[in-house]
Amino acid sequence: MNDSPLITLFGYFALLSLFAVGGANAAIPEMHRIAVEVMHWMSDRQFADMFAIAQASPGPNVIIVTLIGYHVAGFAGAAVATVGMCGPTCVLAFFVARVWDRFKDARWRIAIQAGLVPVSLGLIGASAFVLARSADHNVYAGALTAITALVGFATRLNPLWLFAAGGLLGLTGWL
Amino acid sequence: MSSPPAPSPADRPTLAAVFRAFAVVSLSGFGGALPWARRMIVERKRWMSAEEFNEAFALSQFLPGPNVINFSVVFGARFGGAPGAAMALAGLLGPPLAIVMVLAILYARFGDIEMLSRILAGVTAAAVGLLIAVVAKMAAPMFLGRWNSGPVIAILAFIGVAIMQWPLPIVFVVLAPVSVAFAWFKR
Repeated sequence: MNDSPLITLFGYFALLSLFAVGGANAAIPEMHRIAVEVMHWMSDRQFADMFAIAQASPGPNVIIVTLIGYHVAGFAGAAVATVGMCGPTCVLAFFVARVWDRFKDARWRIAIQAGLVPVSLGLIGASAFVLARSADHNVYAGALTAITALVGFATRLNPLWLFAAGGLLGLTGWL
Repeated sequence: MSSPPAPSPADRPTLAAVFRAFAVVSLSGFGGALPWARRMIVERKRWMSAEEFNEAFALSQFLPGPNVINFSVVFGARFGGAPGAAMALAGLLGPPLAIVMVLAILYARFGDIEMLSRILAGVTAAAVGLLIAVVAKMAAPMFLGRWNSGPVIAILAFIGVAIMQWPLPIVFVVLAPVSVAFAWFKR
């Protein structure tokens, strides 16, 4: 691996983007593994903080890579990580979109799409597990996660209310 | 409500309109932007019928990488070629990036402050809960129906990445072909 953090950032996220079936949240454990355990760019806690910031700010969840990139190498790092994570798949999307109609009913296309659903489910489940281990360091935080999961599953409440409630509970010292 | 006709060249959205629409979508979508994209493109602007949206969305899911990013490129490419794709992407990513850069700077400056880290701990716990809800919604139809290869593959992917902490590309390269093969032969 090259010494420059910019090249490392770009290489990791460009590679990761091609395996992120199920979106950015499916790639969280791999980002965590690289950023916290392999490269030691940040602590477990800082990674969880960045996940929270990315989730609670508007826009696609993928902007967690922008936060990681900024943490590692400032503005250049933010730009490089974002382009690495979005660039290759955008180019792929652009070209596949033009030929999509030709094979949208093909049997192999349907098999690939159906086959990837369980994989991405397992990956997103792993994200939840890895993040819960970082975030739920006491019984109150664990309870908040469990209640939010139930509310999120059973209702269509705007997530912003749940983030606000979580932030307030944290601020007042419950967690 | 009748379904809108297929867009003719005359009522194609302009590049500026595409940019604005995706910028609005990006700023309204907390915790995932796709439901907002559907509302904007199918219900408000009527640039696509529900079926066209589903088809473009299926393609976005089929491709690796962030789904809503893929969707913006697929949508933009269909209506305006490469410039359309670039404008949709810029609209979707630009405003959130500006916001998140401000947050990144604030976090780098104040992240160590006790009060902020307490707030973030609460937000994280809630955000993880919402992620679990997403997983549960995805898992329910697969695990509650008649079991086939799906739940087994999902559990293996989970164990490989979460428990064994193997690199994602390795887990993917082993499991995805097996899972696709099962889907191919299931009739």
